[in-house]
Amino acid sequence: MLEDLSFHVLDIAENAVSAKAKRVSIRVEERRSKDRLVLEIKDDGRGMGRRRLARARDPFFTTKKTRRVGLGLPLLAQASEAAGGGMKIDSEPGRGTKVRATFRLGHIDRQPLGDMAATLEALVVGHPAVDFRYTHVTDTGRFIFRSRDSAGFPEASGLKKKIRDGLDRLRRTS
Amino acid sequence: MPKLTIDELAKMRDRTRRTLVPREGGEFRAKINVHMGTCGIAAGARAVMTALIEEAERRSLQDVLLTSSGCAGLCSQEPMMTVETVGKPPVKYVNLDPAKAREILEKHVLGGSIVRDYALGVGSEKTDA
Repeated sequence: MLEDLSFHVLDIAENAVSAKAKRVSIRVEERRSKDRLVLEIKDDGRGMGRRRLARARDPFFTTKKTRRVGLGLPLLAQASEAAGGGMKIDSEPGRGTKVRATFRLGHIDRQPLGDMAATLEALVVGHPAVDFRYTHVTDTGRFIFRSRDSAGFPEASGLKKKIRDGLDRLRRTS
Repeated sequence: MPKLTIDELAKMRDRTRRTLVPREGGEFRAKINVHMGTCGIAAGARAVMTALIEEAERRSLQDVLLTSSGCAGLCSQEPMMTVETVGKPPVKYVNLDPAKAREILEKHVLGGSIVRDYALGVGSEKTDA
């Protein structure tokens, strides 16, 4: 069980890194006007063919050698379906993968967004060679972050606070 | 292929050196790898990572490489991290929380002595990034 959406984002973005992505774009769309929340994680990694894609939601399917279950995508699918939405995966071998999960924003079972700043910090510090892009859109504004110059540690010092401040500003204006 | 600028080359060098193994006379005295698979994340690996980053910031550490990787196959013992110091075999730590991670950073990474209470085993690790 992943307790909030920021943990799901971390998990799916870690998948992208494992798939040898050089760029991972994370988009959060929070639209009160449409009662909709969208999470999108897009990468330019190795992608999946049709057969693999068809089994990606099966918790007892994984390509890993270390264990025999793969729970990340099934957990996200379950979380989105429980909140009146669903999950869609587009993927093409050699081109990358896009995971898109939708939720009804006001659904009582919609998990909270959680600490997206901690998720981004963990990604940027953990994978300095990957270019992370984060876009958070609301009805009234947007916050954009690119890892570019803060890749790894110590360059990423103070990153979490910077992102947290940016997201707070966005929240105050919406 | 488009031409590389000096700036891009510098960035590539910067990123590549982070994937190296710590060695005598190198820029890093230690490498900490937090296992960030679904199992690790569900068990609290992000909080471990956050604690290590905060501690590294607080101490202004410049020569410790912090990185993350996937599941190591011991999902029931997550959160886990692997610590490598110069010239020593890697040590895998299990069942971590932020306080244990800070203790390991202080005693093992900076102090040089393995925290045996939290270690899974010593010397059974491969070091590929």
